[in-house]
Amino acid sequence: MNGARNANAGIGRAAGQVHRVLTEAWRLQPLYVSLYAILLSFVVGGVLISIIGVNPFTAYWALLRGMVGGGDEIAGSLARSVPFIGSALALAFAFRAGLFNIGAEGQLLAGGVTAAYVGALSWMSDLPGIVAIPLILIAGTMGGAIWGGIPGVLRTKTGAHEVISTIMLNSLVLFGVRWMVNSRDPVVLRDTESTVPRTDPISDTAVLPELVDSQPVLHTGLFALVGICFVVAFVLKRTTFGFEVGTVGLNPHASHYAGINVNRVIVASMAASGAFAGLAAASEISGTNGFFQPGTFFLMGFDGIAIALLARTNPVAIIAAALLWGSMLSGAPLMQQEADVSIDVVRIIQAMVLLFVAADAIVRYLFRVRELDQSPFKATSVEGAV
Amino acid sequence: MAQASGGAARPVLEVEGITKAFPGVVANDDVSLTLNQGEIHCLLGENGAGKSTLVNMVFGLYRPDQGTIKVRGEEVHFEDSGDAIARGIGMVHQHFQLIPVFTVAENIILGNEVTKGAFLDLDSARRQIDSLAERYGLAVDPDATVGELSVGEQQRVELVKALFRDADILILDEPTAVLTPGEVDDFFGVVESLTGQGKSIIFITHKLREVLAVADRITVLRAGRVVGTATAEGATQQSLANLMVGRDVVFRVDKGEADPGAPVLRTQGLRVADDRGVETVTGFDVEVRAGEIFGIAGVEGNGQRELVEAVCGMRPTAGGRVEMLGQETTDWSPRKITELGVAHVPENRSKHGVVAQYTIADNLVLNRYHHRKFSQRGVRNTAAINAEAQELVEQFDVRTPGVDAVIDTLSGGNQQKVIVARELTGDIKALVVAQPTRGLDVGSIEFIHRKIIELRDQGVAVLLVSAELDEILSLSDRIGVLYRGRLAGTVNAADATREELGLLMATGSSEGQR
Repeated sequence: MNGARNANAGIGRAAGQVHRVLTEAWRLQPLYVSLYAILLSFVVGGVLISIIGVNPFTAYWALLRGMVGGGDEIAGSLARSVPFIGSALALAFAFRAGLFNIGAEGQLLAGGVTAAYVGALSWMSDLPGIVAIPLILIAGTMGGAIWGGIPGVLRTKTGAHEVISTIMLNSLVLFGVRWMVNSRDPVVLRDTESTVPRTDPISDTAVLPELVDSQPVLHTGLFALVGICFVVAFVLKRTTFGFEVGTVGLNPHASHYAGINVNRVIVASMAASGAFAGLAAASEISGTNGFFQPGTFFLMGFDGIAIALLARTNPVAIIAAALLWGSMLSGAPLMQQEADVSIDVVRIIQAMVLLFVAADAIVRYLFRVRELDQSPFKATSVEGAV
Repeated sequence: MAQASGGAARPVLEVEGITKAFPGVVANDDVSLTLNQGEIHCLLGENGAGKSTLVNMVFGLYRPDQGTIKVRGEEVHFEDSGDAIARGIGMVHQHFQLIPVFTVAENIILGNEVTKGAFLDLDSARRQIDSLAERYGLAVDPDATVGELSVGEQQRVELVKALFRDADILILDEPTAVLTPGEVDDFFGVVESLTGQGKSIIFITHKLREVLAVADRITVLRAGRVVGTATAEGATQQSLANLMVGRDVVFRVDKGEADPGAPVLRTQGLRVADDRGVETVTGFDVEVRAGEIFGIAGVEGNGQRELVEAVCGMRPTAGGRVEMLGQETTDWSPRKITELGVAHVPENRSKHGVVAQYTIADNLVLNRYHHRKFSQRGVRNTAAINAEAQELVEQFDVRTPGVDAVIDTLSGGNQQKVIVARELTGDIKALVVAQPTRGLDVGSIEFIHRKIIELRDQGVAVLLVSAELDEILSLSDRIGVLYRGRLAGTVNAADATREELGLLMATGSSEGQR
């Protein structure tokens, strides 16, 4: 009886130690915890694979070769990762302004359908590539920015929380574009000559140059999205606008007091977030698909949430996290082929990565509450209520 | 009223030599207090005197650093309020702890649920509530939804809640602050019926009239210390006001005669609503001239916060106008008002004054990061920002390892110096300061006071809002007392007496008869 209680207390103390170690690690090296989460997920995934009766090392070896086993594999992994950069930035940027944008899924669709529409306009073929390509990318960016900006406006004008409104806007655009692409009567955006529902092909002049003919094709959209990450890092760290975004994210009350137009920052941040998703979608339409199909972007926005959190919303770390994410998905088929382990196992490992990253945040949250109970909280009540 | 005097007095609660310090402030310093059975003991003091800290320790919310608490002669060490409740102590907080969408009965049993198996036994709870209500004259309807009750009714619910948990020592934290005069009279009736049946009550207030109306004994706190005890028979409003505000001057600020110039800040019939939509500034007129400090005294919650926020553009006005530097600035944005040359030291340091996670340098440019000096073509000039920060840190004596230290690592006094440094530099013509020295140590207080006077001498118009009467008296050239959202009176600081101000603050009139 007593022993059991002591054991319980011991476990409690040990858990407390782990929390403290984790918390410290978090503060000192924010990305350390993410690496830890990835490692842990692969360990648990390995256990899972052995339960199926497969040697996890065999499976992981196949997965690794599928990811980076050769030039084509590396190119394919890179190609798969490119759009994730944009969808992760869509979460990360808004996050810095204290907003939780989970609408990248919809912002990708809005950007993608706009890019495909503009790219297929008849006069696009008369333009040189140097004009047509920026045009299609800008169109997609604008589409995403508008779809991202709407929840920002709703938030400032009506107080509607962006989590709710972005979810609603996701559904709205998903079923909207599905109808536009499927419908034969009336024909809205459907390519009537195609047997599958998709939009008209874009003009050849609007196609992003190819880098490697891998599966999928690695195109120059890579440079656009990697470049954007560095631009965002610079904006957040060094510019006046970035300072406003960060200030609003950390303390909107102090921002208001200091004269920052909080509403303008909220709308601009949401629009910028949507723009990054829109750009990712446009680069896919232009560089990979050549037309728009709603299914292309399925889950890409939600994967972006996971990637952004894994990268701790650091725009440069997003590049690495997106590469990991995309190459795991790209390497999975070889694992299935060689070790007979379903592709879904990779999905499970990814889900666990997110879970561990998120669970750590929960731990931190709980820890902070306990910390608050000690002194700072009471110190504030002294000011307020003595 | 109960028999406080005479040999029969039996102490139910004895607080002996309690000391409690928070970072930067000693909230209670060797405080002792005895509560006898059936007694109403008033705890009187200004805001910040340490009344709430004291009762929060008695209720187990804080733990004393030193001293003992005895309940019915037995020493107790409360870990949390649950322990206090188990000892028969109940507390009604200034801000009610009720769930508005629950019924009265549900709120009362919450945390102490009467159950039958896995189900709530609301019928039996209702019967208990009805019998308590009848016994103490606390009319409540157990089935009413709390959110639909008046404030007075909600307070009765809180009382029944405490009695439901068998409390016989009741702590009432500023219970009348939220009541209308009629409700206050009803409330006094209830309080007397409670003590008549053997309950003992600690009654916190800063309203003198109420103290004299209900108290058996009175303990006056000031700056964390007991400065006097009295019986209701032996006290007058005048004597209590003297005790409460104190006769000793803590800080003698050296300042010359004011040389007031042209009017800089003027409000006319200003009306402002608080967050709940209740108008707390109800027609406020003031004129502050260049080179003078106009102090606004008043008990907190009389509209100070809303007044300051409206003047500085942080809160929309509900009526009237604000003029600054010859322009109408009613409902201008905070940025426009700042750029006009109006500085604002906010009341709430952590909420408005600083971004806790930012460095000292970033906090020092929080309202002017966009000026050409600190930002060229949208890119921040970190070198210029750090240079400016370095200069201000030295000039304002901020004790910090460096300008790139996160501001949250500094003490409250140093954080406040950062805010003051930011606001008091630059080309400012008017200064609005709210509670500039709350919770600070003596050195920081003197420093900030000196800076404010320096600015006045340079011809800046200063509007000072403070709950500290000492601060108002030592800094101001003219003093206005804010009572229920308007000026109850304006006096020249040279002619002002604490007694007069204390009465104005507590009653809204210098005769003290309201």
